Amino acid sequence: MPIAFKDVSHVYSAGTPYEYRALDHVDLEIQEGKMTAVVGQTGSGKSTLVQHLNALLLPTEGTVYILDRTIDANKKPKQLKSLRGDVGLVFQFPEYQLFEETVLKDTAFGPKNFGCTVEEAEKRAKQALQLTGIGPEYYERSPLELSGGQKRRVAIAGILAMDPRVLVLDEPTAGLDPAGTASMMKLFRRLNQELHKTVLIVTHDMEQVYRYCDEVIVVHDGKIRHQESSAEFFKDAHLCNEMGVLPPSLIRLEEMMREFGFAVPQGIVTEEQLAQWIAQEVKNHG
Amino acid sequence: MEQIRVENLCFSYEEGTRTINDVSFMIEKGMYVTIIGHNGSGKSTMAKLLAGLLEAESGKIMICGTELNEENLSEIRKTIGIVFQNPDNQFIGSTVRDDIAFGLENHQIPQAEMDGIIEKYAEKVGMTKYLNSEPTHLSGGQKQRVAIAGVLAMRPQILIFDEATSMLDPQGKAEIKRVIRELHEERDLTIISITHDIEEVAESDYVLAMNAGTIALRGTPHEVFANEETIKAIRLELPYSTQVGKLLAKYGVNVKNHLTMKGLVGELCQLHSKM
Repeated sequence: MPIAFKDVSHVYSAGTPYEYRALDHVDLEIQEGKMTAVVGQTGSGKSTLVQHLNALLLPTEGTVYILDRTIDANKKPKQLKSLRGDVGLVFQFPEYQLFEETVLKDTAFGPKNFGCTVEEAEKRAKQALQLTGIGPEYYERSPLELSGGQKRRVAIAGILAMDPRVLVLDEPTAGLDPAGTASMMKLFRRLNQELHKTVLIVTHDMEQVYRYCDEVIVVHDGKIRHQESSAEFFKDAHLCNEMGVLPPSLIRLEEMMREFGFAVPQGIVTEEQLAQWIAQEVKNHG
Repeated sequence: MEQIRVENLCFSYEEGTRTINDVSFMIEKGMYVTIIGHNGSGKSTMAKLLAGLLEAESGKIMICGTELNEENLSEIRKTIGIVFQNPDNQFIGSTVRDDIAFGLENHQIPQAEMDGIIEKYAEKVGMTKYLNSEPTHLSGGQKQRVAIAGVLAMRPQILIFDEATSMLDPQGKAEIKRVIRELHEERDLTIISITHDIEEVAESDYVLAMNAGTIALRGTPHEVFANEETIKAIRLELPYSTQVGKLLAKYGVNVKNHLTMKGLVGELCQLHSKM
């Protein structure tokens, strides 16, 4: 069973002057095994959407199907704990949530809380830390002493240590430098391709979506505006422009060249291909 | 005119590891300087030293010809404003107006003058409409603009942005970059911006590229990004247009080193029309 939303709405503070409909009759299906980007402007409802995936938020209308579970509005959800073991949610700036004395203890907290023995929890924690590139020399250090990028890796390891089938990350690269961003995205790609985890990433960074994600879901005003493959979505700049986000550099460059009269064909998807095309064009005219 | 001079500056958080290691540079009044470097290279520490929030281990910092020391610290601090990364950690007031007023109240500016100052700087950052809004109703970009207004209201000579756009969404980033650009055009302020945004770096007058507590490269954006090997060695990225230019060279099309897409496309147009 995939992940699906059937006519899901989420209304915050219903019946008060602050009532706010963050999700508005959403129908959505997310395929397992893919790496999917959830994009949209601040306030569009994308964080609300992903928080339904591990029942941190419950639909106020409609039904959410996750793996083999059903979460209905107005019904008390069952098996919440096992669901949260299956769907790992990493919040924005997760490094602010580190609290244990040592890196190892912090990472082992999740599995321990889910009933693992201390030994088993630490074993899982070590595996997760290795995946995120935090070496044994850090195990006994206080997480608070680490750099921002390292802290974030520890926080993500804490979720991976629970070995979730679905990993949901809310803006995992915000505030990282370009090198940190690239290595983080490569990690998610690896988790997706080698460990076959379903990965959902909420992000504003179209460069990363273009490079690493298979699918794009656009949330706008609490509704799903688009859902398509990344290749289809980035065919040209118009969907990005419509959403008010900056398209990836390659798409922007192609669009700018077209504006200046170059007949850049569709289907050029790497810088290498574009350079080859330009060289050919120069030769033909020469 | 010289505004900031840093000589042989050293700083360590813990003994034995120097976060800032023998750094010297000079910045002229009205310049827009960007400091780049990977996380942990020492750039934020550098900003805090300049703002007098950390005390150097050795070396000196001269602001407008006066050496920063314990006695004149509070005096010199008045000339320097700093805007930090996290918009939520710097909003103190219950409304935009209160937040901008906070620093002014601390300096005992009379109420009669205060309103005028608040309105002037709220207008400068485009927040006039929101003067009575509460922070919960503002976006990250709007909160950062209020932070800038609050700092500007103190009439600093030097304004430091410590990754002020890195936690914002694309719209917020664009808003802050526009404010920085407008402030720079007035040439009243010396602007130092610590950033990962290469497009912002390309707009600045002067770049300091830091690595392991030292300045690995310095110069105009063009000069700095001409050092491809060093840029890569210190884990920074070349501007996108430069990367494309190098690919073009591989296929026999030689273009100049461009920092912006517009520059690159412009030259390609010329190549194209000549043919």
